[in-house]
Amino acid sequence: MLEPGTRVQVARHMPPGHVRTPAYLRGRTGIIERALGAFPNPELLAYGLRADRVPLYRVTFRLDDLWDSGSTDTLDAEIYAHWLKEV
Amino acid sequence: MGGNPAGPVPRDDHDFALWEKRVDALMILASGAGLFTVDGLRRALEDMGEAAFEDMSYYERWIAAINQNLIEAGTYTTAELAEKMTEVQERGQTYAEANRA
Repeated sequence: MLEPGTRVQVARHMPPGHVRTPAYLRGRTGIIERALGAFPNPELLAYGLRADRVPLYRVTFRLDDLWDSGSTDTLDAEIYAHWLKEV
Repeated sequence: MGGNPAGPVPRDDHDFALWEKRVDALMILASGAGLFTVDGLRRALEDMGEAAFEDMSYYERWIAAINQNLIEAGTYTTAELAEKMTEVQERGQTYAEANRA
């Protein structure tokens, strides 16, 4: 269980097939905003497979970290636990 | 799509054709029956590749994705689908023709 405020890095994986992690966030670092609960893994549901429940987190990223924009805005994305690693 | 420029978002309501409403209903019925989930729909839509988003309309992509999932779920076979499509085509090209048949 990742607590709010924890720094996490999104895995840099680029597999073919159905995943729910936006490509532009892979490899990027953000902060856990909150834990949203556990949900059946959509990456398995997408293929009609039995899906285990995986914790889902809302993660906050600084726009400037993503696109070098000079902006102080942030972006929140919902990402499954198996894509996140504490850093 | 994919972060590319796409112009303004049309905000007017669409006037859906009967077949499009049927496609929407089919998605609700098939997912309600547990044949597949919206995740499966999304996966099949994504697998169509970029060109499909230019060449096909919204519900054309949906019916293709629903069909893909129903075949995978074993709901019907491609042979059964082929037979049914031929039978339906023989009724005529329009609803009016089909209703006269």
